[in-house]
Amino acid sequence: MKQWVRQRPLALAAGLALLSLLLLGLGACVGSTGLQSVREVWSDAVALQIVWDIRLPRSAGAWAAGALLGLAGAVAQGLFRNPLADPYLLGSAAGASLGVCVALALLGASPVAAPWMLQLGTTGAAFVGATAAVLLTLALARGVQQTLRLLLAGVVVGVVLGAASSLVLLVQPQLMQAMQGFMLGSTALVGWGACVLMLGGWCLCMALAWGLSPVLDGLSLGESTAASLGLPVVPMRIALVLVLALATGTAVAHTGLIAFVGLAAPHLVRAFARAGHARLVLLSSLMGGALLLGADLLARSLIAPQELPVGVLTAVLGGGYLLWLMHRQNPVAVGSKP
Amino acid sequence: MTATLQPAALVALRAQGLGARLGSTQVLQGLDLQIEAARWTSIVGPNGAGKSTLLKVLAGLMAHTGVVHLQGQPLAAWPARQRAQQLAWLGQSEGAGDDLTVWDVALLGRLPHQAWLGKPRPEDYAAVEHALRQTQAWDWRERTLGQLSGGERQRVLLARALSVQAPVLLMDEPLVNLDPPHQADWLHIVRTLVARGTTVVSVLHEISMALHADTLVVMAQGRICHQGACADPASHRALEAVFEGRIAIHAVQGQWVALPATSALPSQPSD
Repeated sequence: MKQWVRQRPLALAAGLALLSLLLLGLGACVGSTGLQSVREVWSDAVALQIVWDIRLPRSAGAWAAGALLGLAGAVAQGLFRNPLADPYLLGSAAGASLGVCVALALLGASPVAAPWMLQLGTTGAAFVGATAAVLLTLALARGVQQTLRLLLAGVVVGVVLGAASSLVLLVQPQLMQAMQGFMLGSTALVGWGACVLMLGGWCLCMALAWGLSPVLDGLSLGESTAASLGLPVVPMRIALVLVLALATGTAVAHTGLIAFVGLAAPHLVRAFARAGHARLVLLSSLMGGALLLGADLLARSLIAPQELPVGVLTAVLGGGYLLWLMHRQNPVAVGSKP
Repeated sequence: MTATLQPAALVALRAQGLGARLGSTQVLQGLDLQIEAARWTSIVGPNGAGKSTLLKVLAGLMAHTGVVHLQGQPLAAWPARQRAQQLAWLGQSEGAGDDLTVWDVALLGRLPHQAWLGKPRPEDYAAVEHALRQTQAWDWRERTLGQLSGGERQRVLLARALSVQAPVLLMDEPLVNLDPPHQADWLHIVRTLVARGTTVVSVLHEISMALHADTLVVMAQGRICHQGACADPASHRALEAVFEGRIAIHAVQGQWVALPATSALPSQPSD
């Protein structure tokens, strides 16, 4: 009975999954020396080691981070009923930056800190910073009931924490370069441990978002209508904000502030298929994964053996594609609202 | 206040001492109201009288003082899902949902009847199809809300409220953007619902449509000025009074019609 609505999302999901696998395979073969064939890799123990220890985890990590950001973007746009909402809206980006900044200032100054300690410290600090910023936003907005309050509080937290980061950088200018790397986002340092963490976080967030999707559907007709349908709007909004914070914090902690994936992924999905929020969240997630994995591939190969920051590429590619879609289609199709 | 006390079974909604504020403004000033079951009640009054707020409070969607009883039970005592099955509310469009298809919007009305994340059952599909056909929105079920005109959109939102199939249906400005034939359709839908035992409460600015109801509730400044049968001349006088004598009720071909009072026309200043 409902086939006309169902077919396209299914096809899109299958297409995105296939594309992700293809890109993952390609990611294993692309290195600083250019493209290697599979046979070449199999016959060379060192190459195999490189593939297993470096290329595969960073490719899988790029996919997982993109999937987390795509998921968070779809949840944010549904929760705030605003097509311009993105995962960093509640101050998590500024919080993560400040966390990393402080961690670098503390650890970087100490002579005993080994590189792995620095890595672990910044990852943890970014996650703690992102989560703390979202909690601060919630406290300032006094809950989640009022969307506008929440958005304003997010902006205020973003500005204030951003200023704090700038202050730390002003005192310790030698951190500037390391911070720049974090702000632009990079998948170069993702190992298997980070992959497992991100994929675990993704499974948890996906399950929660799927379970909460009826409330997102109801909210799209307005909060009163959702409440009149018997949906427990307030507790579910809190749960959705937590999903948003968890997904964003996990991604940001491992890959830095990758721009635009969270904003663009849901719009790209909407350009292909109309779906309720359960499917929209899943499809956005797959789209985000494919997008970031593709961008990571290009970042590695465009000026090999050098690397581009992947965040720069996601901004250029995602932004360019979104603009092209907006240009090609009527304004309604990309989700603009009057 | 002309309503006398009715046995609980005949009263769908009973409100006592309702007060509500919007920001710092007291919108409802301690009003009492009884809505009879299986009847159509029209709430009318000038802008800012508190009609929409009253409807929201009756639907349990707004913080308020006083008590609302739904089917004899305090509103707060109803579990959210059961309340949503008993009472459907159609608000003035909050202007969103552009990305949802018409079908999905109407299906949202079945949420109170479905298990959480459960698949819709055949009766849900049947209810949705029936509602969409009633408002003649069935043909665009694949389109998204963003692709519809204001009136078409309103018919979809109406279908969403109808698909709940609740025994009590509250509608705030349901005729917004509807053209005359679809206003007539709406009248027919309401009449059919009431004949089957549904309680309908509507807030209407189209006074002539409101006068088709069984009971008229006239509001001004957060209070109820009058409640009585729509055919009762006393109701007409109350209506004319609340609109400062600027409208007059006439009988035209067996229907009551509200027209601008001749004394209120611009060439003859009323003040």
